[in-house]
Parts: sequence; C-alpha cells; structure tokens
Amino acid sequence: MELSALLLSRIQFAFTVSFHIIFPAFTVGLAAWLCFLEALSLATGNPLYRRLFDFWLKIFAVAFGLGVVSGIVLAFEFGTNWSELSRRTGAIQGPLLGYESFTAFALEASFFGVLIFGRSRVRPWFYMIACLMVALGTTLSSYWIMVNNSWMQWPVGYATAPDGSFIPTDWHAIIFSPVVWVRFPHMLLAAYVTSAFCVAATGAWHLLRGRFRSEAKAMLVMGLGLAAVLVPAQIMFGHLVGDFTHDKQPAKFAAIEGRWHDEQPASEVVIAWPDEANERNRFEISIPYLGSLIASMRLDSKEVGLTSFPAADRPPVVIPFFAFRVMVGCGMLMLFLAWFGSYLSVRDQLERHRWFLWASFFSFPLGFIATLTGWFTAEVGRQPWTVYGLLRTSDAATPFLTVPQVAISLVIFSAVYAVIFLFGAIYIYRLLRSGPEADHAAVAGATNPKRPLSVPGQSPGIR
Amino acid sequence: MLTFWTFALGLAILLYVVLDGFDLGVGILFPFAPSETARRNMLSAISPVWDGNETWLIVAASVLFGIFPLVYSTLLSALYLPLIVMLMALILRGVAFEFRYKATRSRILWDVGFAGGSIVASFIQGVAVGALVEGLPIQKGQYVGGAFGWASPFALLCGVGLCLGYALLGAGWLTYKTAEDIQDMAFRILPRLLFAVLAFLAVAFVWALVLDLRVMHRWLEEPFLVVFPLIGIAACRFLLTAVRKRRQLVPFLCGAAIFAAAFATLAVSFYPYMIPFTITIAEAAAPASSLAFMFWGNGLFILPLTLIYTLVVYFVFKGKVDTHQEYH
Repeated sequence: MELSALLLSRIQFAFTVSFHIIFPAFTVGLAAWLCFLEALSLATGNPLYRRLFDFWLKIFAVAFGLGVVSGIVLAFEFGTNWSELSRRTGAIQGPLLGYESFTAFALEASFFGVLIFGRSRVRPWFYMIACLMVALGTTLSSYWIMVNNSWMQWPVGYATAPDGSFIPTDWHAIIFSPVVWVRFPHMLLAAYVTSAFCVAATGAWHLLRGRFRSEAKAMLVMGLGLAAVLVPAQIMFGHLVGDFTHDKQPAKFAAIEGRWHDEQPASEVVIAWPDEANERNRFEISIPYLGSLIASMRLDSKEVGLTSFPAADRPPVVIPFFAFRVMVGCGMLMLFLAWFGSYLSVRDQLERHRWFLWASFFSFPLGFIATLTGWFTAEVGRQPWTVYGLLRTSDAATPFLTVPQVAISLVIFSAVYAVIFLFGAIYIYRLLRSGPEADHAAVAGATNPKRPLSVPGQSPGIR
Repeated sequence: MLTFWTFALGLAILLYVVLDGFDLGVGILFPFAPSETARRNMLSAISPVWDGNETWLIVAASVLFGIFPLVYSTLLSALYLPLIVMLMALILRGVAFEFRYKATRSRILWDVGFAGGSIVASFIQGVAVGALVEGLPIQKGQYVGGAFGWASPFALLCGVGLCLGYALLGAGWLTYKTAEDIQDMAFRILPRLLFAVLAFLAVAFVWALVLDLRVMHRWLEEPFLVVFPLIGIAACRFLLTAVRKRRQLVPFLCGAAIFAAAFATLAVSFYPYMIPFTITIAEAAAPASSLAFMFWGNGLFILPLTLIYTLVVYFVFKGKVDTHQEYH
C-alpha cells in the first residue's frame, strides 16, 4: 500500500484511539466493581470488602487519569486529521461528543473527588452515592461514545445540506437508535468482563505468591463468578451485534465470514488465509450449513459474498477476518476459565489446582485483547466508509495534509505515549503488586482524576 | 441560542486563557526559582487547580465542535503541527509535574519537562492568536497555507508576547499564593514583565500598522473600541501601585483585567467574524437543531455546574500555600 497522508492519518487515529480504549475498558468496569464492593461493605460490614475497595480505588485512579489524558488528544484529532468529517458531520457528532466530555466532567470528576477525599468527611450513604455517580458518569461517557460511533455505523435522523454536511433532523432517532441498544451493552459488558478478569488475575497472582490469602481468594472467586455470568451475556449481545451487521452492513459481514461468493446454503469458514488479490481463501477449513445457520438461523438461507459488492465498496478482509476470530477465541477461553473456575470454587478446590491459578493469572490481557480486536472488526469492517454508505474515509480526511506533517505528528505521538504509558503501566504494576493491605493513608493526597500519577503510593523524593 | 453559545465559547476561552495562563506562567517562571523549597511552593500554588484550568480548553473545543463545526475543522486542521505539539507539551508538562515527586535521580529532567512544556504550550497559543489576527490564508473555506502557513514573523512575535503575558499572570498568582523568597521574586519581576508586555504590545501595534492588517481598520470604523485598551492601561497603572504597596491579590487581578481587555479588544475587532475575515459566526454555526440539543443539556445544566465546580475548588484552596507543608 502506498504511504499516503491518508494512510498515516488512519494509522495515527487507530494508534491513539486503541491506546485510549484500553483505559476506559478497564475503568468503566472498575467503577462498577467499586460500587459492588462498597455495597457489599455497607451490607455486611465485613472489613475485607473495605480493604479491597481501597486497593482497587488506587488502581482505578491511575487508569482513569491515563484514560482522560489519552482522550483529550482524540477531542482534537477529529479537527486536525479529519477536517472534512468534522465539517460535514460536526452538527451531529459535535454535540454527541460534547455531551460525552461535559457529562464526564460533571459527574466523574466532581464525585471522584469525594471518593478520594471524602471517606472521613461524608456519611457512608453519600459515599455510596458518590461511587454510583462515578460509575454512572463512566457509563454515560461510553453511552455517548457508542451513540456517536453507532451513528457512523448506521446513520439515522439526518438530512443532507447542499454543501455536503449532515443536519440532524431527529435527535430522538439518533440517540435511541436500535443499533445503540445492542452495541452499547456489548461495549459495557466488554468493560465489565475485562475488569472481572483483571480482578481475578490479581487474586490468582497473590495466591500464587502466597500473600493476602483471604483478599486474594475473594478477588479470584468474585472475579470468576462475575465473569461466569457476564461472559455468556456478552456472547449473546455479540450475537445480536452480528445480526445487526448481517442485516445492515452485509459487506462487513461477508468480510468477517471470509465469504467471497454468494452461497446457498452457506458454509462457515472456521479458519483460512483470505487472499484478497485472487478473491478466494487459502488453507480453508469450513463447516457446511453452519454459515447459514449462524447468519439467518436457517439451514438453507442464501448468504451474500464479497464479490457481490463493487471492489470500491468492499472493506479489507484480512483484518476483520482475523480480529473477529481472535475476539471470539478470547471469549471462548474466558467462558471456559470463568465456568471451570466457578465450578472449582463451588467445590472449594481453587487453591489445589495451581495450573488453574497460573491460567487465571495469565488471563488478565484476554479482555483487553477481545475489546481491541472487537473494535478492529467493527471499524476496519466499516471501511471504505467513515460514515457508512455516505462518507468515504478518503473524503473525510483533511485534504491538504502532507506525508511529512502526519509522519512527524505520528512520531511525536508514539514517543510521548511510549514514555507516559510505560511509566503508567509500571505504576499500576507496582500498585497491584503491593497488594490490598498497602497503607490506607496513601490515597488521601490526591486532588483530581486528571492527575493520575498524583494519587497513590510512595514518593521517594519526599520524606 | 447562537448568542448564548457565542458567549459561552467566549467565556470558556477567556477562562482558559486567564486560568491556565497563570499556571503556565508559573511553569515559565519555574527555572528562575531561587531554591528547591521555592520550586515546591510554586508547584503547590497551582497543584490543586491546574488540571481544572485545562478543562476549559476541552470545554472550548467541545463547543467549537458541536456549535461551530466549520471553525473547528478549519482552524484545527490549519494549525496541524502546532496543535499537536501543544497538546503533547501540555500532557508532558502535566506528567512531569507528578513525576518529579516520584523521581530521585531524574528530577532535573522532569523540571526541564515542566518548564519546557509550559513555554512551548504558551508560545504556540500566542502564535495561533497572532496567525488569526494577521489572517490565515483561506480560500473558499479551505486553508491553503501549507504546513507552515501560520508561521509568520508577526505570529512568532505574538508567541513570545503571550509567554510574557502568561509569566505576568503567573507572577501575580505567586504574590497571592506564596510568601518569603518566592513572593519577593514575584514582586521584583512583576514590573519588568509588565514593561516587557507593554513593549511587546507597542511593537505588535506598530507592526500591525505597517502590515496594514485589516483588523486595524476596524478601529477607525468603531472608535468606541478604544475603551478596552483604556481599561488595560488603567489595569497596568493599578498593577504598578499594587506592587509598590505589596498588595497580594491585586497584581493577579490586574493581570487578569489586562488579559480580559485584550481579549475583548480582539473579540470586538473580529466581530462578526470567527476566523477573520473569512468565516462569520452565523456561517460557522451548526443548524438550529444542534444548537438546541446542546443547549437543553450542556448549556442549561452542565456548563453552569462546571462553573460552580470551578468556583468551589478555588474557594476550598484559597489562601497561602504552607511553606513547610509537603506537596502530598
């Protein structure tokens, strides 16, 4: 592929947005997890839950801050790299993203201050409300993002002006689009599952190290138990998102399936190497009838292949094809871990199976990988459109950007992100390793969520 | 509705410039701190508020995107490289702020990052304003200036000017928040910074006359505009008196008044254009349905809430930083 400013802009956006999504994927779930712990603590009075809460609050603070910092860049990239997109869809995307940043600030930032400062200053019920408000804030944030992205996937409630811009005519249709109601839960559950596995992995880690036994076991059992319920729900919503894709974005669906020609009945390609130049699959393993069954719940339906679309309207195949399979693979692995682990925990045999503790420990990236590959599937599969069927990606970019300009910005982004997130990751690692009984007072020094690294822990420079 | 959002945008930008201006200014003055204690006090003077100050940049960007998408897309893409560098400078600066306390051996590195990030971010903001005043090369709603179309000598001068201006605000904030040696330093440099800012304004004014900028013609058309510079001059006068009498909060307030006067001068001389002299407010505005949608939630509730939240934070953290209290 030719190295154009467009391609570089796409790489840059993919890089920055992928980096960003890691943190919300973690914090949206952690916020809910904190509510859960605080509610348990209030209901039972068991100090164990309080220790777990304090432990995860510190990690939440760092991850949340990194999410905010990496999100700020995105708020500008729409204008810098995608000026035609923002000019033409600004009247719709601008207010949606505006609501995202405004609600995020109003709910998350202000009540986050209460979580950090307020334990001794407010009543327990108000502290609980503050937890809920932070969770509501993160949830609303992802809601607005999903509304915006779903509009790009399936534009509704708009009219087109003579200058090519889109005018919102029906906000109700936009924010309550049926697409939102399958994709938003899918994203929300992705965040919950990701966090559940991080919690379980942390528990498994400390059990393997033989430290904080009661807290570690509680984390492992609760993380796996939550996942045992959440993963099947997630698979169901994943299926519904697939139905939407099948009905509304047939080209994306065909790319995911690796289906080049119309088939009746359709078979399901389990694995293959899609050969885009020759419009066929190499090394294909497929199961007859299953393709029709998955797509239409019938054994004899006709399913559309990629060659039914003009070449200019087809998405790339390799990325959605493999990203989708990685996502599903992670999902299946998580389902196994969650169910088998819950079975072990019901029989109280978790600690006897050290291989399972190791497996749980190494499961922490699964949720992140599944979330990222899911987004790759959705976004690359939407190509060549930025706004599906209406605005091509090549027409959405800033028309006058040059290769050197975007190359420079990409290098700067990579360097700065590498430094910041290396330190951020080290920092989170240290917090996780120090475990739930680390000193409670450490949390009290922070001021605000946009200062991730000020919150917890040791400051060797200061005595 | 459009009037409401125009004022909201103006307010967000003004608040950003004055509030983040003083903490960027403290960053610019950071290398001149006489001691490690002084450096810590300087940081303590801004640590509870700087991130909240930067929120107004996000608010301004959100309003631009949602209400004035044409300006958002034109301006941000035209200033591509400077904006990216500014964002990275702001992020690095924010991170350096925190890391300096985690570091033992590399503290000097983070100090350089904090001061350098502050200077670069301020400089670029000044350049952006200068480029707007001089007029960006835009034809038929499309920026045609290339990668460095914004980088005129006049714009670069404005970059230096804004660094001086922010340093003035920063020094004003330090006289209010600190004591002892660092407060002495702030009082000492305030008059010098003021004269530097005035000298910059004089040079920029003459230069603008020489360039025969269109902005200048507005002054002949609307002589009442002169009221804003007069307010600015009055503020300078008060500032000097306040420094002589060592009043603590007045220097900052005078600095803020000078900025407000300058902002109002620019705003009125641009009006009704948003990007002079190609895109007007009315042309840039999103359709009525977008303005209304933003108004009933963000405009009516969340914007006032954000303002209240800002006030509360400043109220909670009022008064001097404790010289002997550690940062954390």
